[in-house]
Amino acid sequence: MSKYILKRVLLMIPTLIGAGVLVFFLLRLIPGDVCELRFAGTGLYVDQEQIDICRSNLGIDRPIFIQFIDFIVGFFTFNLGDSMWTGQPIVHEIGLRFQLSLQVAIMATVVAVIIAIPLGAISALKQDTWLDYAVRTFSIAGIAIPSFWLGIMIILGLLIMTQAITGVPWMPPIDYKPIWVDPMYNLSQLIWPAVATGYRYSAVATRMTRSALLEVMREDYIRTARAKGMVERIVINRHALKNAMLPVVTIIGIEFAFLMGGLVVTEQVFNLNGLGKLFVESVTQNDYALTQALVMMVVLIFVMTNFFIDLCYAWLDPRIRYS
Amino acid sequence: MTTTSEVAVESQVEDLTEKGSWFAAAGKMARRQPVGVAGLSVVLLMIFAAIFAPYLTPYHPEYNSFADMLTPPNGDFLLGTDQFGRDILTRIIYGARTALVVGFAAASIGATLGLVLGVGSAYFGGLFDLIFQRVMDVFMAFPLIILALAVVSTLGTGTENVIIAITIPFVPQCARVVRSNALAIREIPYVDAARALGFGHARIILRHMAPNVMAPFLIMFTAFVGQAILLEASLSYLGMGVQEPTPAWGLMLQGGAEEYAESAPWVAIWPGVAISLAVFGFNLFGDAVRDTLDPRLRSR
Repeated sequence: MSKYILKRVLLMIPTLIGAGVLVFFLLRLIPGDVCELRFAGTGLYVDQEQIDICRSNLGIDRPIFIQFIDFIVGFFTFNLGDSMWTGQPIVHEIGLRFQLSLQVAIMATVVAVIIAIPLGAISALKQDTWLDYAVRTFSIAGIAIPSFWLGIMIILGLLIMTQAITGVPWMPPIDYKPIWVDPMYNLSQLIWPAVATGYRYSAVATRMTRSALLEVMREDYIRTARAKGMVERIVINRHALKNAMLPVVTIIGIEFAFLMGGLVVTEQVFNLNGLGKLFVESVTQNDYALTQALVMMVVLIFVMTNFFIDLCYAWLDPRIRYS
Repeated sequence: MTTTSEVAVESQVEDLTEKGSWFAAAGKMARRQPVGVAGLSVVLLMIFAAIFAPYLTPYHPEYNSFADMLTPPNGDFLLGTDQFGRDILTRIIYGARTALVVGFAAASIGATLGLVLGVGSAYFGGLFDLIFQRVMDVFMAFPLIILALAVVSTLGTGTENVIIAITIPFVPQCARVVRSNALAIREIPYVDAARALGFGHARIILRHMAPNVMAPFLIMFTAFVGQAILLEASLSYLGMGVQEPTPAWGLMLQGGAEEYAESAPWVAIWPGVAISLAVFGFNLFGDAVRDTLDPRLRSR
């Protein structure tokens, strides 16, 4: 087992370095740099000297290869440096938004699980009935409906509903308060984006639950369990669902990893100051250091999630360890 | 001597791709997959709207009419007008063009590149395969939207660049699926036979192996079209995709849609319905294609 873990950890390193290469050079291809942008914003006349000073302060006038080594070494020693635009430490900039994005990602995953597992199970157990078709339509619709439009519709619905009931239109609050400061306020803000993305992410998990359960229900041990007179409810809960969960957990895990950085559009709709918004800002400001750090963080979360999923698989299925 | 055996090998391949079997498969699909046919009709409706857009509506999609700003749906403007007085139904009909062009272009380029690279990787194996797999891993580690946004900010916005930005994440997805299928194909003797006949690598990959991984290729392709339409809408909504005044569904939801959500909900509702319906149609059709082509699922 320890040999397997070591092998998997070593395989993570080329992926991380590759992602680093990709984002590093992609960013340098964007026309202009942070210094030009900063002075362009002031609207005043600037001479080349000022831009040069700015560049040398940020270290982006050094040879590109040196900058790259600097960035990779910084990443592996957890020394991320400062944002090139605001000058604040990157750890601080990310820390401000991390909480919010993590909470939305967790809540969306919870929403997805609550929707996906019961619906997927019903759909599989009542295969080819109207219930099955209804669930499948519901889940295909989840993939088809853009989550940002669903978000707009939720806001619109809230406005109309509150107008009709209380006479005063109500919208989810815009400024973020941590859940331990004001739980009600926090939830009233973040439950909506969680529902909008959770529904979308439940769709894939619902389909996965359905097909995994259908496969398991045909296994011999299910027939054996039934033959020995076990109650159907226990056959399904204890024997079938438990074994069907492995691929579902994988899907949910990977989606959770993507949710951490991939909420760009939802954050835009609900005006949330999260990691996705920070990413868009840092890209448009040519803030190399911050964009690199954000992308590497998202990739690291993804790679780590995959690593833990593989570990679970290897732990559950010894054949994988030895192959 | 070489020529006769060459013909023999090739005719085998051609048998699989003969036109008659395609028509038969299509007919079988229509009978077995009523839901898929429903999806297909949405797709066809969309293609019809895109081609005959100028004949379906009396208005021009980019014509601003300040006298008709934010008109609610009525007899003249069936779905109302936006904040520039442009007819929303007209812009949705013309928007089908943008969606289809981006969807089909990104899906066909992405899936084809993925097909060639995936089969090539399986065929060559060894170090090439190993390095190729690691590169694909890197691309797969990014959320779709992040990768697309990074490419768009490098290349700039606009329809062509959006297509490129959406294509890039598709290539590794398709390559990975195709590769795992092609690995099994490589072990079948006819590949060795083709090699023994002295055919070039390109010929074996394109003419002997690629036709036999058409099923996963088509499954990925149909899935990609819907995904591409959705991704284009997301990019345009963020202002990083197709630019005004081009009619595009995602763009129609940007800016005005939220601002006037309460006073003019039709601006926000209809373009979203169009996106959802289009992607829904492509997904239903794609599912039916997958059920028909994937033998493992056929028995279900």
